[in-house]
Amino acid sequence: MSHSAPGLNYLNHAKGFKSWALTLDHKRIGIMYMVAVSLAFLAGGILAILVRLELLGPGETIMGPDTYNQSFTLHAVLMVFAFIIPAVPAVMGNFVLPIQLGAKDVAFPRLNLASLYIYLIGAVIVMFALVNGRIDGGWTFYAPYSTSIGNGILFVTAGVFVMGFSSILTGLNFIVTVHKMRAPGLTWNRLPLFIWSIYATSIVQVLATPVIGITVLLLFLEKAFSIGIFDPALGGDPVLFQHFFWFYSHPAVYIMILPAFGVISDLMGTFSRHQVSGYKFVALSSVAIAFLGFLVWGHHMFVSGQSAVSSVVLSLITYLIGIPTGVKVINWVQTMYRGSVQLKSPMLYAIMFLFTFSIGGFTGIMLGVLAIDVHLHDTYFVVAHFHYVMMGGNVIAALGGLHYWWPKMFGKMYNETLAKIAAFLVFFGFNLTFFPQFIMGAQGMPRRYYDYLPQYEFYHELSTYGSWVLAAGLFLIMFYMIASLINGKKAGLNPWGALTLEWTHTTTPPDHHNFHDTPVVTRGAYDFHLAKHLFEYGGEVTELDLGGDGTAAAPEEAPVPNEPVA
Amino acid sequence: MGDNGSVWLPDPGTTLAGEVDSLFWFVFWVSTVIFAMVVLAKVYFMVKYKRTSESDVPEPVEESKALEAIWIVVPTILVLIVFTWGFDVFVKLYSAPPDSYEINVRAQQWSWEFSYNEGATSYTELYVPVGRPVKLNMTSADVLHSFFVPAFRVKHDVIPNRYTSVWFQAEEAGEYTIHCTEYCGTQHSGMNATVVAVSEEDFAAWIAEQSQDLPPAILGQQVFAQCQACHSVDGSAGIGPTMQGLYGTERPLTDGSIVLADDDYLLESIINPMAKIAEGYQPIMPAGFSALSQKQLDGLVAYIKTLE
Repeated sequence: MSHSAPGLNYLNHAKGFKSWALTLDHKRIGIMYMVAVSLAFLAGGILAILVRLELLGPGETIMGPDTYNQSFTLHAVLMVFAFIIPAVPAVMGNFVLPIQLGAKDVAFPRLNLASLYIYLIGAVIVMFALVNGRIDGGWTFYAPYSTSIGNGILFVTAGVFVMGFSSILTGLNFIVTVHKMRAPGLTWNRLPLFIWSIYATSIVQVLATPVIGITVLLLFLEKAFSIGIFDPALGGDPVLFQHFFWFYSHPAVYIMILPAFGVISDLMGTFSRHQVSGYKFVALSSVAIAFLGFLVWGHHMFVSGQSAVSSVVLSLITYLIGIPTGVKVINWVQTMYRGSVQLKSPMLYAIMFLFTFSIGGFTGIMLGVLAIDVHLHDTYFVVAHFHYVMMGGNVIAALGGLHYWWPKMFGKMYNETLAKIAAFLVFFGFNLTFFPQFIMGAQGMPRRYYDYLPQYEFYHELSTYGSWVLAAGLFLIMFYMIASLINGKKAGLNPWGALTLEWTHTTTPPDHHNFHDTPVVTRGAYDFHLAKHLFEYGGEVTELDLGGDGTAAAPEEAPVPNEPVA
Repeated sequence: MGDNGSVWLPDPGTTLAGEVDSLFWFVFWVSTVIFAMVVLAKVYFMVKYKRTSESDVPEPVEESKALEAIWIVVPTILVLIVFTWGFDVFVKLYSAPPDSYEINVRAQQWSWEFSYNEGATSYTELYVPVGRPVKLNMTSADVLHSFFVPAFRVKHDVIPNRYTSVWFQAEEAGEYTIHCTEYCGTQHSGMNATVVAVSEEDFAAWIAEQSQDLPPAILGQQVFAQCQACHSVDGSAGIGPTMQGLYGTERPLTDGSIVLADDDYLLESIINPMAKIAEGYQPIMPAGFSALSQKQLDGLVAYIKTLE
């Protein structure tokens, strides 16, 4: 194991375009994913602002119906396939997972780089759809409408198909890495919950993604060669498409939300400096949800013509998933009980998550009730529920994770005051945007509507104003994050006093090889009470050997006792 | 909002709608109470256990098995109640009484067609008798649509090559909005109609009047109701060309040629809309109108000729 020279880390040990484009370092790949998914989020976000602007009043505001229909569709496709699915696993999973395991890299570094390029190729193919005819109708591509429009759909399905492989390979890589590359002493019961959740997510990615691949391939074949699979005019069955689509897309909801659970668990534990309540329950229920998630797809189809028996069974199983999820929320709240709570900006997002995600969860229970879903299906109530889970769940957690790991990634601190202001804007703007949508949806406002009845105007206005506040918050985050890279304060080894390996055993930013010596783990990820000696002197909480030659980021007040390695 | 409505739900127009609402409010209030308790606990813990010293490391809390059992058992009981209740109302929502009055519904981009057994057909208005169960047998001529009446809390997808159905019994005379809730293209949000619930006597009178043989232009005017999402009759702009003053004029086409708008041109443009595209318009008119009867097509041509 080579010790690098002082001052060198994964960011500056090699320079030039090639050193990034051909890197096998999971950290650099994670950073490149971060740039890519951020661009997808920016593009999808701008489309969302335009869509909301169009809906400010009934009738035409800034665009015609065709432009509107394509805008919301592209917003959805970008956000779902190019942003949310890869966001937490590919960015934070890549950067953090191997270090939390005490590994030098993922199990298959070349495959990891291939995943990135496959993702980029898929995204570019989707972009080609823009110039190759219209794509409208939302991200669900229901046949036969989706095959009745122009050839743009061929590119979208091809792009989703290709991006799916990226997802599968990343999942495979993480599963093997978690099984084979844990540091000595890092038993399953000591794993950070972030690892558990990424592990569960990876299982879903590997098992479910082939189904969307097959589905879009069939759609592609039907469109390209007029083979009758879904289109009744060709002898196909449109409801079959919905079964296939949701058999992937419901588990995909867990691909989107399970990583968020992991981030929130780490944040609640660290900022409460306390064991995460119900650790085993949270860990194992993630895996259970990953499997049960395959058995509830039909709850998207209560009014679409599937058999009533299917609807009843799938409604019941939906509740089986709802309960462990609800218990997790209680576990996270309980973690603060008799803890030591510090409200830094990452923790603000965790607190925010408990609020917004709970609303998403309760409205999910509402939608799971057969008779109520008949009324609420395909209305704005569903749109609001979906955004409370996806944005209020995944994106809020991703923002928390971003603020949490940013100092480790770049060695710089962002402006905490601006971060708190932005967190408030995001919280206020998010709720103002999406809460009114629950009300107008329950009143009967259908989704995917370009125009609407005057009775809904008030709620649409509120929602559009909310989108401006939300956008202001997100742009503020972008601003101070970029500013921190230029003139941010130097970050210490462990600014949050966390106990996972990326904080206790690496420099800031981490060395190219992560660790100088393989760490030996002697306690669970949240066993703060077993590490009291690290906190005693009020200095850096670290177990690095700061006296050696790896003192890249050693702080001034260095003398911290090292725990003897068992 | 009306007497029985609220900020959240529109006025219920049927008895069953009231049952759906009771369930909605049960879930709403139970959720709100639990949510409020979680938020209060969260805020209390945030304040009460705020970190005071940087070297503060609290001891772990002994986990209470009894408490964990409560977290699991109580919500399980609650969701099983809600599930059973929801199942019960769901079955009622889709079990039409055997003596229902049946109406055939045909959906196509972007209009509805309602055909009555007595021979009448209507387009933008679905006439139903008050106090009698009405069952709709629905199918689509092209892509997926969905039939939704918010006030009745009924909805079902309308699928090509298959019949699906909903039923309802309007309790009071009045007008209730129909929306299409499955995305179906450019004018999806314009694919609305109205349920007109009238007394048995008024309904009988309406049906008798509608079922007579109408002069072609009058029949055409009724059929044209499903064209108005895109084509105006007063010269105003729309997705498609206005019909006012169209007959007998020379029409420039996108391929550069010019065609005389005579009877044959009108008929062709209805049953095969992609054959000739008027200059300045997109080729997006649905093909489903070829399924209209010869009488209806003749009526449409006759009606368009009257729009000078």
